[in-house]
Amino acid sequence: MTTTTTTPSTGSSGDGPRLSSSSLLTGSLPRSFAPLLLAGTAVVVGGALFALGLFHLVSFAVLTAGVYLIAITVASRAVEGGRKAKDRLVTGVVYCCFGLAMAPLISLLWTVLVNGLKRFDGYFLTVSMNGVIPSMDAGGVYHAIVGTLVITGVAALISIPIGLLAAIYLVEYGKGRLKQAITFFVDVMTGIPSIVAGLFVVALWIMIFGPGNTSGLAGAISLSVLMIPVVVRSSEEMLRLVPNELREASYALGVPKWLTIVKVVLPTAIAGITTGIMLALARVIGETAPLILTAGIASTRINANPFEGQMMSLPVFIYQQVRAMGSSGDAGIYAEERAWAAALTLILIVMLLFFAARLISRLFAPKLGR
Amino acid sequence: MAKRIDVSGLHVYYGDFLAVEDVSMTIEPRSVTAFIGSSGCGKSTFLRTLNRMHEVNPNARVEGKVMLDDLDIYGPDVDPVAVRREIGMVFQRANPFPTMSIYDNVIAGAKLNNQRLSKREADEIVERSLRGANLWEEVKDRLHKPGAGLSGGQQQRLCIARATAVEPEVLLMDEPCSALDPISTLAIEDLIANLKENYTIVIVTHNMQQAARVSDRTAFFNLAGTGKPGRLIEMGDTNRIFTKPEKKETENYITGRFG
Repeated sequence: MTTTTTTPSTGSSGDGPRLSSSSLLTGSLPRSFAPLLLAGTAVVVGGALFALGLFHLVSFAVLTAGVYLIAITVASRAVEGGRKAKDRLVTGVVYCCFGLAMAPLISLLWTVLVNGLKRFDGYFLTVSMNGVIPSMDAGGVYHAIVGTLVITGVAALISIPIGLLAAIYLVEYGKGRLKQAITFFVDVMTGIPSIVAGLFVVALWIMIFGPGNTSGLAGAISLSVLMIPVVVRSSEEMLRLVPNELREASYALGVPKWLTIVKVVLPTAIAGITTGIMLALARVIGETAPLILTAGIASTRINANPFEGQMMSLPVFIYQQVRAMGSSGDAGIYAEERAWAAALTLILIVMLLFFAARLISRLFAPKLGR
Repeated sequence: MAKRIDVSGLHVYYGDFLAVEDVSMTIEPRSVTAFIGSSGCGKSTFLRTLNRMHEVNPNARVEGKVMLDDLDIYGPDVDPVAVRREIGMVFQRANPFPTMSIYDNVIAGAKLNNQRLSKREADEIVERSLRGANLWEEVKDRLHKPGAGLSGGQQQRLCIARATAVEPEVLLMDEPCSALDPISTLAIEDLIANLKENYTIVIVTHNMQQAARVSDRTAFFNLAGTGKPGRLIEMGDTNRIFTKPEKKETENYITGRFG
């Protein structure tokens, strides 16, 4: 590496006797200058804030970023010229935006982890709230895990075939009015608020079974109302990405259209489709409002049968525990701890789903290696 | 194997637009017929009507007759899928199936149609087709590696092997060498010379030297002007077309004084 911190050139060469090529040369800051400057800024700003007794993480970060951006721009303009200075400034701004976007995410994960781990253990995962009175330091989420898995599982069973087949219709067969109509309604469905999906199923259930009837199946159906449009949209995009040449290659071998779709188009797109389905699942697994309306709040009961009776789920469990946080004495503290631990459980389930999706994509993805 | 194709009075439309007008020709079995002509003159479109591949585009339709020996492939009871089993096709861009190994790509015609092949039959077909495509020696040690990992020229020969594995009567090639380097092109031209022992071959090419090298008969297509349909100008033995063309347009095109 040859980095030079030599004389700043004047950029536009005003004085005559220079070689013309010298206007192509500009000074440059050493490679380690930017990180060192950042570290220096952090130390100076941190020290100043401590001296004034105003130290706080947020003000520290904001001030450091601001001072660093000004310092690097000025230094770069002096040594490297205007274009490089702009480059450095914008690079800095982009990193700041990235940090801003990541901050809430990391803060959230950290908070859930710290608070959730207080109560998150084998006991918590394997017992229900059966026989637990509010002031007892006991109880777990087993019934809610069962409910969440059953309800989202049934929702997936309903939505994946419908969504995938609709996407295949739109990409491979659909034309004219019907296709436009389906695309339009799928778009509209994407925007349905989840509580409205819940109300829709409540109305449906009252029509069929009479009032006051709640079950896991009703919850699953309200979730599939939310899930189907997401599955259709993402699968449609993935199917469109399959090159037409592959379809033609298959037709040219005398393969009928439906076999081409089943054996060429779907396997080629399967990795993307799985990812899309998992995103859709992750979207609905945390739904609370429609489940309170349709699957009810089974505070204690372990119910794995979606066709009968109320069913608990993790989001509803969290909601219920948060409602109980105001209770007097230890009951409130226990409820809060249970809520955090349940939130951690939910996040872990979603992460497991994503891990499974990655694995499936890896297994089925088109192979390009030599 | 190898059947004659007889085209009479064929018009091809995209919606209301007449793309190719009134083509009549005979394509002899066990020979190579080349289609030459400028871009957009309808030679690829016409080629695709020979195995009903144009039907992939829902707006495209044809009028006229295409006889494969004594069967009209546009007859009312003819299944386009069955037509494509008889008349195979190789495309401009090599398109091996990315989810399949080299081995599976070759027997894709059988596999995708859910035909059951014994291991021995499959091995036999794979070796015969790959040998036929001059690719066996290069890939025999990595048959179960992905087909997409081969070089461009090898991929194109893999596609030819895949097309011949289903034993069609006719092989249509749509500019099979236009994306390949001269060495790979030579390999494929050699292959075409071997394949014509058993197949009727039709090749579209922009390369007139290639047409002169590989084909027995040549057909020249041209447009009367922008927005006008493409027409067959002249067809005959390759030698005659390149030495004593009957039409002025053909002469202009092959001597490079076009337009």
